[in-house]
Amino acid sequence: MTAAIQAQPDERVAKKSLTDRLVVRPEIGALLGAVLVFVFFSVVTGQFLSPLGVATWLDDSSTLGIMAVVVALLMVGGEFDLSAGVMTASTSLVTAILATQAGWNVWLALLVSLAFALGVGAFNGWLVMKTGLPSFIVTLGSFLALQGLNLGVTRLITNTVQVSGMRSTSGYESAGGLFASTFDIGGTEFQSSIIWWIVVTAIAAWLLVRTRFGNWIFAVGGSQVSARSVGVPVVRTKILLFMGTALGAWLVGSINILRFASVQANQGIGLEFQYIIAAVIGGCLLTGGFGSAVGAAIGALIFGMARQGIVFAQWNSDWFMLFLGIMLLAAVLVNNAFRRRAERVRR
Amino acid sequence: MFSFKKLAGVAAIAAAGLVLSACSGPSADNSNSSASSPAPAAPSSGGPLKVAVVTHGSAGDAFWNVVKNGAQQAGKDLNVGVDYYSDGDPGNQAKLIDNAVAQKVGGLVVSMANPQALQTSIQNAVKAGIPVVTINSGEDSSAAFGAIAHVGQSEGLAGQGAGQRLKAAGKTKLLCVIHEAGNIGQNQRCDGAKQTFGNVTTLQVDISNPTDAQSRIRGALQSDPSIDAVLALNSQVAARAVSAAKEANSKAQVATFDLNADVVAAIKDGSILFAVDQQQYEQGYLPIVFLKLYKENGNTIGGGHPVQTGPGFVDKTNIDTVAPYAQRGTR
Repeated sequence: MTAAIQAQPDERVAKKSLTDRLVVRPEIGALLGAVLVFVFFSVVTGQFLSPLGVATWLDDSSTLGIMAVVVALLMVGGEFDLSAGVMTASTSLVTAILATQAGWNVWLALLVSLAFALGVGAFNGWLVMKTGLPSFIVTLGSFLALQGLNLGVTRLITNTVQVSGMRSTSGYESAGGLFASTFDIGGTEFQSSIIWWIVVTAIAAWLLVRTRFGNWIFAVGGSQVSARSVGVPVVRTKILLFMGTALGAWLVGSINILRFASVQANQGIGLEFQYIIAAVIGGCLLTGGFGSAVGAAIGALIFGMARQGIVFAQWNSDWFMLFLGIMLLAAVLVNNAFRRRAERVRR
Repeated sequence: MFSFKKLAGVAAIAAAGLVLSACSGPSADNSNSSASSPAPAAPSSGGPLKVAVVTHGSAGDAFWNVVKNGAQQAGKDLNVGVDYYSDGDPGNQAKLIDNAVAQKVGGLVVSMANPQALQTSIQNAVKAGIPVVTINSGEDSSAAFGAIAHVGQSEGLAGQGAGQRLKAAGKTKLLCVIHEAGNIGQNQRCDGAKQTFGNVTTLQVDISNPTDAQSRIRGALQSDPSIDAVLALNSQVAARAVSAAKEANSKAQVATFDLNADVVAAIKDGSILFAVDQQQYEQGYLPIVFLKLYKENGNTIGGGHPVQTGPGFVDKTNIDTVAPYAQRGTR
């Protein structure tokens, strides 16, 4: 900082040093946690770093990551979406039922399930804004309702609880090429969901920090009242955010149905909390107004690396959840320590 | 172990990730494109055989615990390393299979509650030269995916058997309790019972919430007093159904699939009519034997047909023989 008086820039827009700029980023703690988990399993297990091993944990992280990123945007906006997990199954089911039972072209079925997802998302958002109830409660309701719909409609139409037979529908190969192909690097097959994950993360990050809409998200999450009084369209922003999580769920649901060619009526239950955990590891606050899309993606990466790393380490699977819980807690603690430091820098 | 060479490798992979070299979509069904069985592996060398068992049971499920015990006992008896993993979500199960392939296991045992979802992963394992034995469910897809054998019980047949026995016992209306919403085998059991019994209604309960399961069964019995039989599809649900029938003062008698200590006691005191026993211990134990024989002697078993472990029926006549085995978690 120069002490010159002439043309002294306002200290709020002054240039900070690189380390200071890094340390205040919400995702830096998650990044450190990810490096820790990565190094740990690379040292402890033999196959974690093999190309096939890397493909496995990136694959595991990718669909979780897509959802973690859109859920992170919503959480920065100060809301939760507990229906996000079951939504991934609902969209799969809509696509699969239309394609296999009604004989539609897959692309058309995908369009209808997209419309369905956006409809439910908009309804969630509208209900939250209309009633003023916490989104935790509203989306808990839609979570249960969708769970029932998934099972009820599936059994009603197919008389069973799995919809399969996607591989013989029209347009399966072309749709699969877009959503569920694999790409080959050095003889190892990687799932294209990894690319989707990177693309979604990039778009969300750009949206959050480079656009006016991103400012609105921070504003409504920080303080709804202040946001409204400075002219931010609060209702529109929040409804769009809920539609965003539904859109993400549709993407993941489409990837799943085209990759696995079948869907179970009870899929996706309980995943909503994994999305929230991943977003929180990535630096999102439960209270809203703070967080990052890249951080949520890294949070999902930690989750995926831990989940597959435990298997690579061949630890007794009876204790699997305990290991996972401790790992995640450790990641959050590292993250938290970092945030404390960041807050000191900021002042 | 960790090394800079590996790090460089990962960096290369990450860099290459930005440049897609070859991209391939999933393949559609071309009617009967069945994978050919892999050629028997060369005689194994270096260390004991390692087998990964990947099932769709939820962690802590009594039925799958017996399967796990069977696999682990076989591992001990035959000097085979056995790792057991399970996940009820088919996508996660597929990833666990991919993980086992990445670990280069010597053999793979998979339960296929949702065959289509596991198809790619299992075929990749077969392509990598790993012999696969499927267990418990998915017998129709087993050979087509390239598995060397299937060990299980045909669900439809077992359901038909249960329906027949209940009809013979003079029952007129049956409640069939499904406890895993996504499990196709459970639907096949109820459908099988419907074929031989006739008047069957199904009820959905959640296995992970026993209180809720019991009250739902109780509610169903209270709201329809004409129900005189309940068919539970697993031993935990059976115990809940017995309590529910007592609470509802219903005349309904319970029959069940699978055994555990509670069911044994209930068969002894007459509150459960019979249990359809698919002897799942064998579903854990036998695949390890098969894989060892295949690895060391090129043997296959079953002649392309599933190896049936059931249905066996356990009732008052043979309960005393079976009871001690159920007590120790092997029946």
